[in-house]
Amino acid sequence: MTRAAFAALLSHWVRNPVQLFTLLAGLALATGLWSGVQAINAEARASYDAAASALDEGRYDRLVARDGGAFGQDVFVALRRAGWLVSPMLSGDLGGVRLIGIDALTAPAGMGPVNLSGNLDLAGFLTGGDQVFANGATASRLDGVTVLITPDLADDTAVADIGTAQRLLDRAGRIDSLLVRPDQPRNLPPLAQIAPDLTLQPAQGGTDIAGLTDSFHLNLTAFGLLSFAVGIFIVHGAIGLAFEQRRGMVRTLRALGLPLNRLIGLMLAELLVFALVAGVIGVALGYVIAALLLPDVAATLRGLYGADVSGTLQLRPSWWASGLAIALAGTLLAGGSALWGIARMPLLAAAQPRALAMAAGRRARWQMGAALVLLAVAFVLGFNADGLVTGFALLGTLLIGAALALPPVLNGVLAFASGQARSVTAQWFWADTRQQLPGLSLALMALMLAIAANIGVSTMVSSFRLTFTGFLDQRLASELYISTDSAEQTAALVAFAEGAGAAVLPIQSADVQIAGQPAEVFGTRDHATYRDNWRFLQSTPDAWDATFAGQAVVINEQLARRAGLALGDPVEIGALTLPVAGIYGDYGNPIGQVVLALDAFALQFPGVEPRQFGLRVAGDPADFVTGLTEATGIGAGQTIDQAGIKALSLAIFERTFTVTTALNILTLAVAGFAILMSLLTLAAMRVPQLAPAWAMGMTRAALGRLELLRAVMLAVLTAALALPLGLALAWVLLAVVNVAAFGWQLPMYLFPLDYARLGGFALLAAVLAAGWPAWRLARTPPGDLLKVFANER
Amino acid sequence: MTLLIVENLTKTYATADGPFPVLRGVSLTLEAGESLALTGESGSGKSTLLHLIGGLDRADAGRIMLDGQDIASLDDAGRAALRRGTVGVVFQQFNLIPSLKIADNIAFQARLAGRHDAAWCATLADRMGLTDHLRKYPEQLSGGQQQRVAIARTLAPRPKLVLADEPTGNLDETTAATVMELMLELVAETGAGLLMVTHSQVLAARLQRRLHLRAGQVA
Amino acid sequence: MNAKALILCLLPLSASAQGFAGLGTEVDGFSTPAPDPVFDFPADHGAHPDYRIEWWYLTANLEDANGTPYGLQWTLFRSALAPYEAEGWDSPQLWMGHAAVTTETDHFVAERLARGGIGQAGVVADPFSAWIDDWALDGDWRTLQMRATGTDFSYDMALTATGPLVFHGEGGYSVKSAAGQASYYYSQPFFDISGTLHLPTGDVQVTGSAWLDREWSSQPLAENQTGWDWFSLSFDDGAKLMGFRLQQTDGMHYTSATWITAEGETTPYADGALQVEPLMTNTAGVPVHWRLTLPARGVDVTVQAVNDDAWMTTSVPYWEGPVTFAGSHQGRGYLEMTGYD
Ligand SMILES: Nc1ncnc2c1ncn2[C@@H]1O[C@H](COP(=O)(O)OP(=O)(O)OP(=O)(O)O)[C@@H](O)[C@H]1O
Ligand SMILES: [Mg+2]
Repeated sequence: MTRAAFAALLSHWVRNPVQLFTLLAGLALATGLWSGVQAINAEARASYDAAASALDEGRYDRLVARDGGAFGQDVFVALRRAGWLVSPMLSGDLGGVRLIGIDALTAPAGMGPVNLSGNLDLAGFLTGGDQVFANGATASRLDGVTVLITPDLADDTAVADIGTAQRLLDRAGRIDSLLVRPDQPRNLPPLAQIAPDLTLQPAQGGTDIAGLTDSFHLNLTAFGLLSFAVGIFIVHGAIGLAFEQRRGMVRTLRALGLPLNRLIGLMLAELLVFALVAGVIGVALGYVIAALLLPDVAATLRGLYGADVSGTLQLRPSWWASGLAIALAGTLLAGGSALWGIARMPLLAAAQPRALAMAAGRRARWQMGAALVLLAVAFVLGFNADGLVTGFALLGTLLIGAALALPPVLNGVLAFASGQARSVTAQWFWADTRQQLPGLSLALMALMLAIAANIGVSTMVSSFRLTFTGFLDQRLASELYISTDSAEQTAALVAFAEGAGAAVLPIQSADVQIAGQPAEVFGTRDHATYRDNWRFLQSTPDAWDATFAGQAVVINEQLARRAGLALGDPVEIGALTLPVAGIYGDYGNPIGQVVLALDAFALQFPGVEPRQFGLRVAGDPADFVTGLTEATGIGAGQTIDQAGIKALSLAIFERTFTVTTALNILTLAVAGFAILMSLLTLAAMRVPQLAPAWAMGMTRAALGRLELLRAVMLAVLTAALALPLGLALAWVLLAVVNVAAFGWQLPMYLFPLDYARLGGFALLAAVLAAGWPAWRLARTPPGDLLKVFANER
Repeated sequence: MTLLIVENLTKTYATADGPFPVLRGVSLTLEAGESLALTGESGSGKSTLLHLIGGLDRADAGRIMLDGQDIASLDDAGRAALRRGTVGVVFQQFNLIPSLKIADNIAFQARLAGRHDAAWCATLADRMGLTDHLRKYPEQLSGGQQQRVAIARTLAPRPKLVLADEPTGNLDETTAATVMELMLELVAETGAGLLMVTHSQVLAARLQRRLHLRAGQVA
Repeated sequence: MNAKALILCLLPLSASAQGFAGLGTEVDGFSTPAPDPVFDFPADHGAHPDYRIEWWYLTANLEDANGTPYGLQWTLFRSALAPYEAEGWDSPQLWMGHAAVTTETDHFVAERLARGGIGQAGVVADPFSAWIDDWALDGDWRTLQMRATGTDFSYDMALTATGPLVFHGEGGYSVKSAAGQASYYYSQPFFDISGTLHLPTGDVQVTGSAWLDREWSSQPLAENQTGWDWFSLSFDDGAKLMGFRLQQTDGMHYTSATWITAEGETTPYADGALQVEPLMTNTAGVPVHWRLTLPARGVDVTVQAVNDDAWMTTSVPYWEGPVTFAGSHQGRGYLEMTGYD
């Protein structure tokens, strides 16, 4: 019995290979979309980590020579033997690549940019095998050394053991600086006693991008979930159609005596086989797509498949497992409701199409009801969501609600249009479109979610980029960053800077409690740098004037949110109480900040002496440093070229921004395929509906054109509805989820051109998807159309 | 032995306008090998009665003893087994499996029942004049041919009782007569009982007994 | 055998991939221990770069004026990537220091890594000095000074030997498996020790006894050996027992023991003479109660950790801490367990 029944079930696919193909392809594409997004996510993360590690040196305090030059490694050994936990660094130019020498044994944990595991030839790395780590692009530019490819490194950067670096750079026994680990033992002997020629350069706070990158990761994760939702819709559509088409057969099988649970079991087994086959194809597809879309194919492949030094690719089992799990879970989720429907369907009712139509009508009403409830919940949450859970709940209710609302809304639009129609053809067109809507609705939902996700994500990413560059401009406005050792050096610096026409902006802060929140107070000098570069989220018109006059303060967003401070609210700083004149964005900073005029600061915190300075230099910063060293003895080691840091970090970030555009193409392509698939499967059912119109005198070509027009029109309507949804999505990501996770809001910018281009892509996808079915329809043999009448009772 | 005893069968459908009684106490009997024509005007409940006897639906009250077994008491799986092995139903709409070839369609129910007999299937195909069409698919056959396939499929597992609901309702008169002739002949040969719904007085007259249903009761 | 050969897998670098199982790996070019060794002191207190691994491993049972017990560890491991020493960064000699102080409730751990060749770490034989960073063990082996620092603790100790060196196995040739893997292994188990522990809760003056192990080899474990349980026990009557059990992948064990009289006379015991049986594990699944029997000496004792959580959170993690024991004999000692991570 089982064999005969299973053979009958499968025979359907043999007779209808196009349906089988669309089902498998739909499943595979949904899985591929998921895997691809995961892969791209991983790549984005990797390049962020690379960005972070390139800026890593700034995370630690450093010991450098007063004159900024190199010094002997005996100083390193002396400091170690005195108990100082320091790690040597050397860097230099190797054929245009920045080669960094490190000592892996003493470097702070997590500092090594290189994953020193797997079949690394440890002996070769440590003992002069001339092994150098670099990413794929940089590797091609390094000659005469053994390059171990690691995608984790930033462009134009290579890392080697310090001994190797000394040899390659021809600087035996020399080091540039010593990283100071934060967890030093107690009771260290003073630096002056062991290494009087070194000076401590404090870690830089200004380029701490960890907060920003975490936020970006979270948003990418949200996008991964979105893509999964799109995939589920597609799978749901594919499986729903596959079951719909076999309703008659199911009824016959049962009438002929196949028990219901056997039937369900067989169909489930069939589904699982399909899910596995499609899942395998999908995982492979996802990686291929991701690899092709990404800029650096080789690096991506390694990122995806695990770095293998010998150069052979290995598929990671975990990727397979997660891809297959998604395919299976998606199939079961989607197939579950279809199977449930079959299980619930009375044997005789299955044969009655009218009952089906009534059920569809009921479902439509239920759907609209559910959509309204979900959207109402989303609306309420939009005002109240203040945590991660509620933020994601808001995302979920908004998306599902909007997707469920799509078919009824489209139906309403079509009903309205058909009421306006004059000609018979137009009336028939609208009515027929409405009739087709149920079959297409899942594909259209997927299209809408895909477009909305794309709008949401591109808005998020572009807003993030604008914010980030703006933030870098704000925080790294000074061309130079100088730290001094003593009050005399400070005085000398100020005197020299005045003579050289450079502005000295002291950076001094004190830790305080404000309204119960830990915060830092900065004493700041009046300068155009602040007025020009700092962006207020809210401010009074004369915020800086009032602040520099000592009559107000400006605070960062974190403090404003946590302490519940608004413009005009008083802030107590020690004995001083001043109103808030402005609130500025301070992305990635975990704690509150208050900016106070220099004089007021000096009064409140007399013990704090500025040792760090931003310098606005008109000419070449390098010339300034040379002059400074000659005049004051402040060495290059005490200065940092901020402009260089800024350029470097921007370049690294730029790489990930391009990655995300790849996502747009991917999702739209998949949504387009969902439409194609639905139209193809519907095509067979369409023949009986089109036959009367043909019999009454419409040419097949005209029918084909109308089919195409219909698909395009539906896509346009869907895209139009997706736009507000996408913007809402972006808003939720930036203003709700981000605030909940990190305590600050990313400002949202709009990019109408991008949206227009996306709409164009969506249309193109719809045209391509509808093109083939329409062409097939236009060429339906008249005999097929006639058969409709021959078989009709 | 009495093959089928139906006693006091009632069936009521729930509709939007309240309960709608279709069968109101129908009783009948059928001996093994006997043929019975069921007539009645449209909506009188013939199809409903047939479905109940065939185990496709459940009665509200009353008894159906088929081959010594009370099928009212059977669960879903039991009724499925009944449909596979004991009764065979010939539908007005043929209900062939479109993706299976004719040969496989004929053998299908026997395979489900686990009593496939290739020689018997070949005989059925031959007698039904389908030998030339065995490798075709249902959509390539005419309506009359399709119904002959359906009849062959029903007879392939040698059911004890054949139920037929206007089997020739979809066919023209000449074709209908040929198909009916074949069916009666083959059913008689297998020794199965036959309960056939028909509107045609001519057809009804060819069966051994006839029963008229009116407003859910035997007239 | 003492801890230890950790060092092979030393480094954050290749550690987790291999774990202790890596100690059974064959490496070419290194010298291997041979039977009937003739030791040359003080030279042999120094490093042997042509052997793959080596350690200076000191453990001590201490107590303060109130009789509260403490445990202390100071270890310097040497692991060679190649069988030679070189000047500068190209040196293939890697050094790893582990220091720990164990109280009844806390376990403080510190780790240091360094490369040979640049002076950051090393051992010279005469005058004896072993160091890594600011950690050091110097002296003439009759008296030694020892110090180590971590982020939350440090110690300064002085040691005085009250007995002779003892040699394990056959005159210092210690066999580790039926297949014949072996190491050179001797100890100075007769140290009196005193000094100051600097702990977050304050300084503590302590006194007690210490045990210094010296061992070097190139392939101390057979390929199927994955870890070990090592005991050093000091009996109240002055006798001492060193015993270890090597774990094998087939679930079997290889044991070895040295009985040391109060005067320093030794009797080696081959595989099987010593029986070692875990009785109870801590929450992490590491056995912290053991039964040890050496019928040849009438020993049948239950060994118990002073602090169950003496887990060394180092690059290659293991358990190392002070123990007490009772039964046929009483006393205290040290326990080391590897291969449980
Ligand atoms: N599932 C159902 N729900 C509600 N009413 C039903 C259902 N099935 C049948 N009926 C009603 O029951 C009555 C009997 O239907 P049945 O199909 O048995 O009639 P019939 O005698 O076979 O008619 P015909 O000769 O037209 O085939 C009809 O009035 C029909 O509308
Ligand atoms: Mg009927």
